[in-house]
Formats: sequence, structure tokens, C-alpha cells
Amino acid sequence: MISAHRLTKRFGEFAAVDAIDVEVRRGEAFGFLGPNGAGKSSTMRMIGCVSPPTDGSLRILGRDPATDGPAIRARLGVVPQRDTLDEELTVRENILVYGRYFGLSRAHVRAKADELLEFAQLTERANSVVEPLSGGMKRRLTIARSLVNDPELLLLDEPTTGLDPQARHVLWDRLFRLKRSGVTLVLTTHYMDEAEQLCDRLVVMDGGRIVAEGSPRELIALHSTREVLELRFAADDHAPYATKLTDLAERVEVLPDRLLLYTDDGDATAAAVQARGLEPLSVLARRSTLEDVFLHLTGRTLVD
Amino acid sequence: MSAVNAIARALPIPAGAGLARTLIERNARAFRHGWITLVSGIFEPIFYLFSLGVGLGALIGDVDTGGGRMVEYAAYVAPAMMAAAAMNGAVFDSTFNLFFKLKYAKLYDSVLATPLGPRDVAVGEIGWALLRGLLYSTTFLIVAAAAGVVHSWWALLALPAASLIGLAFAAVGMSVTTYLRSWQDFDYIQLALLPMFLFSATFYPLSTYDESIRWIVQATPLYHGVAMIRDLMLGDVAWGILAHVAYLAVMGLVGVLFAARRIERLLLR
Repeated sequence: MISAHRLTKRFGEFAAVDAIDVEVRRGEAFGFLGPNGAGKSSTMRMIGCVSPPTDGSLRILGRDPATDGPAIRARLGVVPQRDTLDEELTVRENILVYGRYFGLSRAHVRAKADELLEFAQLTERANSVVEPLSGGMKRRLTIARSLVNDPELLLLDEPTTGLDPQARHVLWDRLFRLKRSGVTLVLTTHYMDEAEQLCDRLVVMDGGRIVAEGSPRELIALHSTREVLELRFAADDHAPYATKLTDLAERVEVLPDRLLLYTDDGDATAAAVQARGLEPLSVLARRSTLEDVFLHLTGRTLVD
Repeated sequence: MSAVNAIARALPIPAGAGLARTLIERNARAFRHGWITLVSGIFEPIFYLFSLGVGLGALIGDVDTGGGRMVEYAAYVAPAMMAAAAMNGAVFDSTFNLFFKLKYAKLYDSVLATPLGPRDVAVGEIGWALLRGLLYSTTFLIVAAAAGVVHSWWALLALPAASLIGLAFAAVGMSVTTYLRSWQDFDYIQLALLPMFLFSATFYPLSTYDESIRWIVQATPLYHGVAMIRDLMLGDVAWGILAHVAYLAVMGLVGVLFAARRIERLLLR
């Protein structure tokens, strides 16, 4: 569906995307993970044929976006990071008008709008203006709108950022249904639970490059341990404790408020810590998650 | 086919999918929710016609149209009001409305994610401005005819002529808008429009000016618009009118291409 080779996007001297290779196959859910400024959105814009690559090659649905942009876009659905709904129109009109942009007939978009409003659970708000809708509703409308042309490939840029947990779960459910119906999903996120829930395969981006690639399970196996032990001590600085514990785990990570011990058996490590006479305020042994991989690969410094 | 594509890419015409009409349709729908803006566009030139043409005209009496022919002042000034209204309407649509859609509503960000390209955006927005303008100029022509200041059947051609003025100004207005940073910048546009409105031989003949500065007036687009519509409404039609048509047509075409390029630069980065 997507084939990128040494794909590069430069703004002046700055390389937002730096020679990445990506292959996305039909029917899979593929994720771009990374901190802010990693180059995810720039990559998505190039795939969406609204940003010409500076260098490298890019094929989408077997075509070249430089020459076949309109033909490719006709088969894509795009959910941008920020909702770009048409606030001068009603909920239903947003879908109708958007469908017309694809050259679809009025009768077709009318039928499609009813179906999509149902899918997005917005039928009751069909004739409301967009502005008073909740964040979750707007997001669902943006997704419904992006489906008006029955896209083969759906691009979602941070689909659930800023939504409350209920709204996120409703959205995930809708995305699962789409995937089951055969739509290829490509999404960016910095929520690790989202990536684990939705993605078959993903790449981790940092500083415009791909730093890791694989299924969530593979990435955890490769870049983390089976379990993680979180320790919180009654101290402002946790670094001194870390030095005392380095030999108990494969790796020790110091956070401002706690220590992370990467280990294959959290409970056993916890017992070993206690045996050394250290008394943490709280002890939590948990499964390793994609978040651990992500933080390990992209560093713990705050990136904006 | 590939040769056609190659030629299309070499030409300075930004990409489009030939779907500009769907953007016009979008604007028509949005307009239904905000039809009140229609009213000011219809009434502005009519108010001017009655205050200046009929009211002030009673004090002025008849004026020389340029060729020694005398007409009452209202008949002289009405075509200028129609031309100026076509200019103002087109500029308003292609500056204020467009700036809002471009910077705040981010309308074109979602539009360009569909098959539509920058050329469709330019053609669609300008086409919409022309449709609105046509409604305004038609109402005005009917009112002017009812007031007895239309002297010739040529006046019917003033409708497409007003659309041509709209095209020229909407295209340039759209291009200019892509350079604006904030609402304050709109004062520059007013600074260009107001003198044009007042001095383009709108309220008095070109012969009022000293010969040394007539060329300045004749260089402005509104002068050509006013002269063109005045010729038509007074029935003074000669081949010379084609010069006005050519001036405005070139301004419109270059403006549309340039506006589409600018949209492309701004949004497809």
C-alpha cells in the first residue's frame, strides 16, 4: 500500500524526516510512534499527498504522489491531528460536502452520510452545528467524514489525543471495526497503550529517523525485559538508590519520582531489594510495556 | 498520455481535479446559514445611487459624458456605482472571507486532502465571488432601470461586464490575501480601494483632471471597469470598449494563476 525508500523532508536546513524506509501492507494497522517533533506528522503529510518529498522515493497504492496526487487522494481517508471540520456547516452537511469534494453523486453521499452518522453515533446530532459538539464527537465526525469515499487506506494523525478515556475506547472500537472490514490503517500516536491496542506493526521515530521497527511484542522483547519493577523511596533524589541496586536488574532507570528496574522476574527482584534492607514507600511489579521501549529508545528528556 | 502529463507539469498552472464546482456548492450551503451578508451587498450600490445620483444629482444637473453628449447626473453615476460595487463585493469575498477560511477555519487544509488541488480552490472561491456579484449587479440593474437611469439595451451586457470586474478584483484580492498576516493588514487594502473608488472617474469625467495626471487614473483597473459599464449603460458602445475588457481579463487570468500558486506554496509544503 505504501512503499517509501530513503524518504526525506527538509525545511531549509532542518531535516524533519531523514531518509526513512517504510513498507505498509494491505489490511494491516501500522503505527508511527515518537515524541513531538520526531517527524511523524511530516511523514503523514507526505503519504497524504499534501507535502512533496524533498528526496527519496514514495509510492502510494502503487502510484507516484508527485504526478498522481488527486488520483491517490481519491482513495485515501485522512484524519488530521487537529479537527478541520467545517464550522459553517451542520454535522450532516460536513459529510455531504466532503463527499462531493470526491466527485461523488449527491444521491450517493446522502445515503453514505446516514450510514456514517450511524457508525459514528452522531445520528441524533445530524442537524446540529459543529461548534457545540464535544471533543469526542468532533473526532468521531472527522473520522466519519474521512470514510465518505470508502478509502482503502486511512491515515490517522494522533486520533485520540486530547480525548477522555471513554471517548478513546469508543474510537478504538470504531477503528477495530474498520480494520476488520479490510481498511488499511496508518496512524501516529504517542500513546503507547493505543499503539499496543491497535497496531500490528510499528516504527519508532526520533529526530526524523526510524530507531526501531516490529510488532509491539517484538519490540518489547528486543528493547525491554519481561517485567519492570517500580520503586518509590522517601527521598527527593532517587539516584543514590539506583547505584545500590544496579546489580539486581538488567538496567536501572532513574525518574524524578521513582526507579525502574528492568528484570525478568519483578517479584524476585523486589524480594532481593528488601533483602538489602531498603524500604521503598511503594513497590509495583508489572509487565513491560511499549512505553518502556519508547522511553528507552527516545530518551527521557522532554521534547517539544 | 504521458506527453500530456509532461506538458501539464511544465505549464505554470497549479494542479487541480476539475472539481472547483464542489467548493462553490460548499459555499452556497454555508451561505444558507449566513444569508444576512447578502443584504449589504445588494443595498450598498442602491443607497449610493439614490443619495449621490438622485439627491446630489438634483443640484448638479446634466453632465457631459465625454463626447459632448449631456445626460442627467444619476444616469452618469449609476454605472460607476455598479462597477464599484462589483469591485467591493469581489474584494470583500476574496480578502476577509478568504483570510478567515485560510487562517482560522483551516478550510483548505481539509479540502486539499481530497482530490481537489490548489487550482480548484482558486477557481472555486473566485467563481463563488462572481456568482454572488452577479446577484448584486442584477438587482442593481433592475433598480436603476426602474429609476429611469438606464438608457440602452446594451445595459444587459453590463451584467457580464460586472462579472469581469469581479473576476479581476477577486483574483488579485485572493493573491494579496495569501500575503496578509493579521487583520491589521487589511488597512492596506482599504488604502488602495478608497482612492480608486473616489478618483477613477467615478463621480466626474476624466476631463476634470489635468492632462498630465490622466494617465495615472487610466492605469487603475476600476477606471476601466467604470468606463466599460458606463459605455454600456449609456449605449455609447465603440470598439474601444475592448481595451477595457482586455485589461480586466488579463488581470483576472494572471490573478487566478498567481492565487493558485500562492495557495500551493502556503498549504502544500
